[in-house]
Amino acid sequence: MSVVAPETTPKEPVLKVEDMVVEFPLDGKRVVHAVSGVSFEIRPGETLGLVGESGCGKSTTARAVMQLPAPKSGKVIMNGVDLAALGREELRRERRHFQMIFQDPISSLNPRRKVADIVAMPLVIMGIGTPEERDARVREVLQAVGLDPDSSLQRRPFQFSGGQCQRISIARALASEPSILICDEPVSALDVSIQAQIINLLQDMKDRYDLSMLLISHDLSVVKLVCDRVAVMYLGRICEMTDSETLYRAPAHPYTAALLSAIPEADPTRPPKLAAMKEGELPSATEPPPGCRFHTRCLRAEAICTEVVPPLVDIAEGHQAACHFAVTD
Amino acid sequence: MSEPPLLQVDNLYTHFQTERGLVRAVDGVSFTLDHGVTLGLVGESGCGKTILCRTLMGLLPKSAKISPEARVVFNGHDLRGLDERSLREIRGREVAMIFQDPMTSLNPVMKVGAQIAETLIHHLRMSKNEARDRGIELLRAVGISSPERRIDEFPHQLSGGIRQRVAIAIALACEPKLLIADEPTTALDVTVQAGILDLLQQQQRERHMSMILITHDLGVVAGRTDEIAVMYAGKLVERSSTKALFANTRMPYTQALMESIPHLDQPTHTRLKTISGHPPNLINPPLGCRFAPRCSRADEHCQEAEPSLRSDDGADHTYACWRPVGQPPTRAAAEVS
Repeated sequence: MSVVAPETTPKEPVLKVEDMVVEFPLDGKRVVHAVSGVSFEIRPGETLGLVGESGCGKSTTARAVMQLPAPKSGKVIMNGVDLAALGREELRRERRHFQMIFQDPISSLNPRRKVADIVAMPLVIMGIGTPEERDARVREVLQAVGLDPDSSLQRRPFQFSGGQCQRISIARALASEPSILICDEPVSALDVSIQAQIINLLQDMKDRYDLSMLLISHDLSVVKLVCDRVAVMYLGRICEMTDSETLYRAPAHPYTAALLSAIPEADPTRPPKLAAMKEGELPSATEPPPGCRFHTRCLRAEAICTEVVPPLVDIAEGHQAACHFAVTD
Repeated sequence: MSEPPLLQVDNLYTHFQTERGLVRAVDGVSFTLDHGVTLGLVGESGCGKTILCRTLMGLLPKSAKISPEARVVFNGHDLRGLDERSLREIRGREVAMIFQDPMTSLNPVMKVGAQIAETLIHHLRMSKNEARDRGIELLRAVGISSPERRIDEFPHQLSGGIRQRVAIAIALACEPKLLIADEPTTALDVTVQAGILDLLQQQQRERHMSMILITHDLGVVAGRTDEIAVMYAGKLVERSSTKALFANTRMPYTQALMESIPHLDQPTHTRLKTISGHPPNLINPPLGCRFAPRCSRADEHCQEAEPSLRSDDGADHTYACWRPVGQPPTRAAAEVS
């Protein structure tokens, strides 16, 4: 059994996503079903990991939460406010509470601006503080992410390494004192030695500024290390969600099990394994398979899986899975 | 011991003259690679692993300066002494390479079949029909289903994993003796990665090829290589059998790399060990050991004198370090003075 912390009192989630749908029209007739009814919540101080293969809709989910663009339907409730109901100007003000960092630290920074302007930009756009207050805040967050404000403020992104640029991105995201930080593959573009620095930094920042986080990554080892809970996505739907310890120890969904089986371990005594699923690729999101979307690659699939969509249901306390043949303890 | 190594590299320096100075991308590398062996070449971006392999392949821009005393002996030929024409006969035929991004390494306006045939027609003087048949066989060998249909498709019609399989089929077309795979799975999903690595391993064994697998991912090399060479700032810093490298790491950089990757058996919110700072500038690398500024074991001697590759156990496990891991620091320092 997993350890359930008894002292946690149920607090209002900082982010609640309900039945969110994102679709992109292709050529008039066809539609890419990028995200098809996703629901999850993030509680204060919690880090939720979102994992899955490329094309499963994890980045689209993150962007839709940010309203970049707004989802086609469903609710995104941030600190009790339904973002879909807000007008442009109200949304802009609300944005100070949720900020995002991206995969490529260099292309996400404007190469022609100085670090001082880059980090202050969210504050300027949202109209927060006087110029003096903004300067002070910029210095504070730069210091917090481990950059020396005096030597970095007047420099431009190209004068920094990839890891330092990611620190600048994090500083920019923290400038407006957000309560939620959405990180889309924050360390994938970085080298191993730098990756560890940024992972530690994100965890430090979370503690220091009392942040909740949504972390998108394809690296399951990173997710295990950083996240309290993990949601596994497959072709636009969540197929399993639980605390990380349980997910990695006892995956209930065959897709989760397949993903975990393929992680290469840095240990020559353990022979490498293939992903425990049928060969083949992620099916097209324009014509997702009927029934369970994973059935075309699933080793456990039976007739019902090709017809009936399995709902995401509780299979144990705090553990949800969408599978007709979910493995339970 | 009778058979000479397939590849022997001695004193290789590859430098680039740039506006900001001379970049010492590869700075004194020597190693050998035996027949049928898979060598993992590990290091961070910018450590010179790709430039090293491109030097071996003779695929460098004109601005590159290779040291005149460097020797690259492949299968009995000194590649440094060959002209472009003779080199081209070896490249693609006896030494083949696959790259990280199969979308950019394949020609987007050529059908898959034509790209495989190109190599076969050039190197093996096959006719178009022979090349097509052989192409279908190769696609089947790399695990592509319905190869008769795939051979007439363009790269953009294929997924990333299939594209990389096509790139492998092209590389294998002329039965090379050495396959250099430069981060072959970095751009692919974890679910596809294992399949591609398995394919490379299987082909390497079946064809008794040698392979150099370049990667920054120790998880990838751990289960897939016989030997590992670790590169840092243009130099080889540790070289060993894969088992010994993991069991008995000597170079602090190798150890630091291993410790900085997250492991699945660590509990959530564990702090990772990090390597402070960042890799040195290759225009003006530090004197002494290049890792010394970031090394927790370094002392004054490490800052001043450059360690060369040495060994405690004969020639199998070599490392370049004055204060190796797993040995009292004082003894190592005493040996030096």
